[in-house]
Amino acid sequence: MEASTRPEGIARGEEHDPTAALSIHDLTVAYDRRPVLWDVDLDVPAGCLSAIVGPNGAGKSTLIKACLDLLPRVSGDVRMFGLPWRQVRNRVAYVPQRETVDWDFPVSALDVVAMGTYGRLGWLRPVGKKQKRAAMEALERVDLVEYAHRQISQLSGGQQQRVFLARALVQDADLYLMDEPFASVDAATERAIVEVLQTLRAEGSTLVVVHHDLQTVAEYFEHVILLNMRVVASGPMDSTLTADNLRDTYGGRLTLLEKAATALGQLAQPK
Amino acid sequence: MTLAISMLDILLLGDWNTRVVVIGTAMLGIAAGVVGTFLVLRKRALLGDTVSHAMLPGVVAAFLVIQAFGGGGKSLIGLLIGAAIAGTAAAWAIPVLRRSTGLKDDAIMGIVLGGGFGLGIALLGVAQSLPGGNQAGLESFIYGRTASMVQADAIVIGVTAFITLIIAAVIGKEFRLLCFDESFGRAIGRREGLLDMGLMLLAVAVTVVGLQAVGLILVIALLIIPAVAARFWTDNFVRMVILAGVIGAVACWIGSSISAMAPKLPAGSIIVLTLTALFAISLVCGTKRGALQRLVRSVGLRARTGRQHLLRSVAEVMELNSTSTWSAKDILPMRSWSHARVRALHRAGLRRGDIRRDGSEFELTAAGRVAADRVLRNHRLWELFLIRHADIAASHVDRDADFVEHILGEDLVIDLERTLAGEPDTHQSPHPLRSGA
Repeated sequence: MEASTRPEGIARGEEHDPTAALSIHDLTVAYDRRPVLWDVDLDVPAGCLSAIVGPNGAGKSTLIKACLDLLPRVSGDVRMFGLPWRQVRNRVAYVPQRETVDWDFPVSALDVVAMGTYGRLGWLRPVGKKQKRAAMEALERVDLVEYAHRQISQLSGGQQQRVFLARALVQDADLYLMDEPFASVDAATERAIVEVLQTLRAEGSTLVVVHHDLQTVAEYFEHVILLNMRVVASGPMDSTLTADNLRDTYGGRLTLLEKAATALGQLAQPK
Repeated sequence: MTLAISMLDILLLGDWNTRVVVIGTAMLGIAAGVVGTFLVLRKRALLGDTVSHAMLPGVVAAFLVIQAFGGGGKSLIGLLIGAAIAGTAAAWAIPVLRRSTGLKDDAIMGIVLGGGFGLGIALLGVAQSLPGGNQAGLESFIYGRTASMVQADAIVIGVTAFITLIIAAVIGKEFRLLCFDESFGRAIGRREGLLDMGLMLLAVAVTVVGLQAVGLILVIALLIIPAVAARFWTDNFVRMVILAGVIGAVACWIGSSISAMAPKLPAGSIIVLTLTALFAISLVCGTKRGALQRLVRSVGLRARTGRQHLLRSVAEVMELNSTSTWSAKDILPMRSWSHARVRALHRAGLRRGDIRRDGSEFELTAAGRVAADRVLRNHRLWELFLIRHADIAASHVDRDADFVEHILGEDLVIDLERTLAGEPDTHQSPHPLRSGA
């Protein structure tokens, strides 16, 4: 991956790269007058696997939601491939947090995955054979074909997470925004998901993923956004995930410094 | 005898007036069931109640306006237009109040419902103090007056039901997306406000035509109960919508037939009671999450678990003592079982033919031997799997495996076996992994 041309950690709104997959300029988001994100300014280059990392309440999910107009912005501008989201929404896929939906809902895994085709289908056209086939292929990529017709509450947490991933795969997007896809999944599922993410990247897609585990961030991702209500730093993994930046992101908490040391240890290993 | 004949006569729609009422309410039942399913799945079930109560001031205000302009005051269409306007205003006020005050939906609905209904009652008092007898019958909107339904009413209901079904068929998939995952819908560019508005208008339409039939207090039952009852029979969204329509129609059909036979009983309440009965039946007998089905499943699981535990304990005891027989007291220390449970498990084993009794001793039958080997082997496979593959400390494996193996399918076991065949058994088991599959 190419290193960003501007100095790491310094947000300068005027120099956005027009080829960036995701480019956020001066974004401020507030809940009830209390700002959660301040002046976020960053670029995610096209074709990279990027992690959003930060402590609880840092605004990681908020950042993704604000990019997709799911939350109102106080100020700021978000561009995807140089265009506003509305104009490129069929090239953008979203994986929400698993807890945001009611898994008792009367739909099967296949039904949920087929929802990924709605964007291209429009309001009036029904889900046909072609869409079902695409959904089935996506289920195959996340190894859930045999669960296609199960009602979704009968799936384990990791399987539900993979259903959401499959729904995003069906969208066949160029930019994937994922909110904690690794939350409460077992080790095997985590590896399976990482493989899918890396395949997508190899196919030329850009992925921006909210990630909570500092120990694996350097192993899975190549670009990182360190967030704590503001962007502490963003850029290529090895030059951005430094002990200083981590301390600025998480504060001086000891347990986290320990994790940081582990992460840095992994970085030091030759790739 | 005469009762049986008149019942048949009514159910088969022999009498013209009854035919109008029964068909009219049945069509209302379909429309309410379908729209109600969307409302329930959108978790807006009480929206219907709020809207219907808030319609009262609309009805009475429309009456007063018509009266003031010298109309008879009895123009049904005029009154229903008043109801529709008030209902729409109430439905629109809910999201507006939510956004502007930050209050929760239930509190807002309480405010709108109470305020609207209170205003309606006050206006009703005003209307009733007017000279002339025209205002008589306005109260029928509160409790409904099914029997007075005429052909024109049935046609209005039929048209409303038809339009509702068309809309449901065409954008049902969008409603499904909205109800299941609103934020994903927005992320693919859907305007959930527009869809919610459409859903709300459907609810208003159904409520307006239902006012006359069952009254504004009970119309909520027509919206909610069919959907909730249908959920007990299916895990499929489309089937749930259709079934809710059918349940609504059947309840209205039966309810209005009964009330035609017993004119003293108000039809609205009979319809709602029929619905409640259908709900109770679904709750108990439903094939997807009915109480009976859940009971059967849990009894079955308990029996299966008990059998596997017994067979495994027996196999372990025999392995430990190098014998081929055992007595109940050998089994007791193996598990946290009571004497009664051990005896019950042995009785079940005798019934199944897994074991046979020889005085105070028991021994495995040939079939029981095979089953016990299998249970033991599956259990050890699992232990091995957990130790090797799931990064779980070996000391924690046993209990966990006890529960998991009962959920494990045969295919997975074979698969596991293949994967793990090359690995050494940590138990040094006399039942090697490849045997007895």
